[in-house]
Amino acid sequence: MAKATFRIWRGDANAAQFVDYETEVAEGMVVLDAIHRIQADQANDMAVRWNCKAGKCGSCSAEVNGNPKLMCMARLNDLPLDEPVTVEPMRAFPLIKDLVTDVSWNFKVKEKMKPFAPRPPDAEDGTWRMEQEDIDHIQEFRKCIECFLCQDVCHVLREHDLHEEFIGPRFFVYAASLEMHPIDTENRLEELKDSDGIGYCNITKCCTKVCPEHITITDNAIIPLKERVVDEFYDPIKKLFRVFS
Amino acid sequence: MASYETYDYDVLVIGAGGAGLRAAIEASVGNLSVGLICKSLLGKAHTVMAEGGVAAALANVDERDSWRVHFADTMRGGQYLSNARMAELHAKESPDRVRELEGWGALFDRTQEGSILQRNFGGHQYPRLAHVGDRTGLEMIRALQDHGIHQGIDVHMEHTVVSLLKTGDRVSGAFGYEREKGRFKIFSAKAIVLATGGVGKAYKVTSNSWEYTGDGHSLAYHAGAELIDMEFVQFHPTGMVWPSSVRGILVTEGVRGEGGILKNSEGKRFMFDDIPELYVNQTADNPEEGWRYTQGERDTRRPPELLTRDHVARCIVREVQEGRGSPHGGVFLDIAWIKEKIPNAPEHIRRKLPSMYHQFKELADIDITEEPMEVGPTTHYIMGGIRVDADSQMTAVPGLFAAGECAAGLHGANRLGGNSLSDLLVFGKRAGEYAAQFAMENETVPIEAAAIDAVAAQTLKPFENAQDGDNPYNIQAQLQEKMQKLVGIARSQESLTQALEEIQNLREKAANVHAIGNREYNAGWHTALDLDCLLTVSEAITLAALERRASIGAHSRDDYPEKEEPGAGKYNTIVQKAPDGTMALRRYPVPGLQADLQAIIDEIG
Repeated sequence: MAKATFRIWRGDANAAQFVDYETEVAEGMVVLDAIHRIQADQANDMAVRWNCKAGKCGSCSAEVNGNPKLMCMARLNDLPLDEPVTVEPMRAFPLIKDLVTDVSWNFKVKEKMKPFAPRPPDAEDGTWRMEQEDIDHIQEFRKCIECFLCQDVCHVLREHDLHEEFIGPRFFVYAASLEMHPIDTENRLEELKDSDGIGYCNITKCCTKVCPEHITITDNAIIPLKERVVDEFYDPIKKLFRVFS
Repeated sequence: MASYETYDYDVLVIGAGGAGLRAAIEASVGNLSVGLICKSLLGKAHTVMAEGGVAAALANVDERDSWRVHFADTMRGGQYLSNARMAELHAKESPDRVRELEGWGALFDRTQEGSILQRNFGGHQYPRLAHVGDRTGLEMIRALQDHGIHQGIDVHMEHTVVSLLKTGDRVSGAFGYEREKGRFKIFSAKAIVLATGGVGKAYKVTSNSWEYTGDGHSLAYHAGAELIDMEFVQFHPTGMVWPSSVRGILVTEGVRGEGGILKNSEGKRFMFDDIPELYVNQTADNPEEGWRYTQGERDTRRPPELLTRDHVARCIVREVQEGRGSPHGGVFLDIAWIKEKIPNAPEHIRRKLPSMYHQFKELADIDITEEPMEVGPTTHYIMGGIRVDADSQMTAVPGLFAAGECAAGLHGANRLGGNSLSDLLVFGKRAGEYAAQFAMENETVPIEAAAIDAVAAQTLKPFENAQDGDNPYNIQAQLQEKMQKLVGIARSQESLTQALEEIQNLREKAANVHAIGNREYNAGWHTALDLDCLLTVSEAITLAALERRASIGAHSRDDYPEKEEPGAGKYNTIVQKAPDGTMALRRYPVPGLQADLQAIIDEIG
């Protein structure tokens, strides 16, 4: 069986460095398999977050050879194994230990957002009528598995550390899924403009590129939200036009 | 007593998948204080992996459906070993539980008329599964999560409970640790709901994640509750078999619901070869009728691929054992063939089964719109679990409730696909409601300090064990190997007796496993602590499997192929901790059905 070297970030917030581990690799393996093998054989106490191992839960986010990925979907045969494979935690969040970061900020952001508020039911049995074509685009947003890789690559968070003023791509997708929901009645545009900081996004599409669910975050969620914010708050000519027309 | 961080709740819910979240939401309705413990991060629990749909007799697609048909289907699927009252409540209440999710933001796929769309699934007479493509579980857990975070519930992420605490007969709290720093926490509560899911990690090939170590089963057992039907472990017929590193990952039954067929290496649709007596009248006898059924044509019968999971899994094993398997020890599941039937088939498949398409494309280099998948059985679900009162979900321990996969009764000897997501909504709600009621009617009971210190010492033992103690991962792997081989799809007196011995040996080794490092986010230590739960449920499964000298539902004995032991009648097995600490087993006769429910069975079958 072939062997490969994995250069894994080990340590905690106080001190951490790369440590090399050599392990056997077989056809079809993903990075998470190698991490598990190393954990079981050589580093029992290594911290790694994972659950489904099938790209459905969004727990095992990390940076593999510098690229933000789900470790369970990162195939070894897509990587050059003649050199060490580096595996690091997401860099936009505080390190807890080894490959595990503190992502609790994301959960707090969501809690602060205005929840779904449906209109009264359409039918007597308490249900609503919605056309499939009217929900297709929201179902795209609802594919999100909350892996937070989009948050990890967003320079507003990663480089500028504006966690207090900017909610990040994940939560613009969430806001879009609520704002465009056919039966939602809430208005979130003021928050999007002010406390959520949508203006900071300069549409570099880094988030879209790393999304493992292939959600077109920038084009389908962020840009339409930006347009709504602009229409609502920044378009005096349009407003005047509306008044006189 | 050493000092520990302590929380005090009216209701504590342990487990944050669908059942736990639904219970916590319900318990918080009356302004009670509610704590919710997640083993992982919120929203990552196993519910997220459920694919095909949630069963509810909404009758949106076929108006002939009703709770009565759903009830009859569930009872038949469970080989009439289910708790009939639970099957009744489940069938009656699941439509409301599904509709309610829409009010919390869930977006199911739609019918032409704009209602919730429903699809066919194994053992369900009519199209009954509300779904979102093949990611229904994600939609459900997200709707529950996004609603739940605004209900004032106190969420503890990445915490594990290692013991329930009792004062006298009543449950009074729970002792656990938080993952990040390894600190111990005490949760005092008037009522506790267990919603910890299943036991799949007791087996080598499983669709379950690391969390599924039978925690709730084990916690309840040690607290004095009963476990029933533990011999009934569901081996889902279609898991991935190749590449070996992804072996066991689920391939949704939705593939067959959309027209996918099973073939052996000779290209034969072998499912037509063996159709059980109980289902002959409901099963198509030719491929054309089966295809028309999957396309929603009325008055057609289901293709044999949509027979119950226990049966399909056994047929696959037979094909492999008799030398007609696929190259990697499975059989072929083909959805690509539907291009003979419908235009734009690849696009249709990608739309109906998007996550299956990606899963095979990215993990196996297979384009399911072009070529067949290789599939084989994978440990998926346990029908058995904590015995509860059908209406309230309370266990034999006052103040202790259970819901979802860790509870038992609804599914009998075999669970129908889609009945798990509805189970956790219906009985999650009920558990939350009755736990809240219990909390309102009873005072807090003080936790006994001595008990806490003893549990704390036990929890730290892996660090103190000698350095030459076993590696916890090795013991876990050995247990998985043995359970897979000896207590898997085919069982016998010999294999089960041997399994009991192996479990005893591993228990002794597990007591001495050594954890390296410190208490901070230490996966080896956590694995060591999970071993006790895994060994407890493994022993319970094996003992119950030894007791049932028959082959019924998901339980197959090579040495007893008949469905019932002569003269034994219908019974459930019950496992409970004996006063001397050993595991005791007894039979409990299945009570006769209430007249009105019996009438439904007589009429529908």
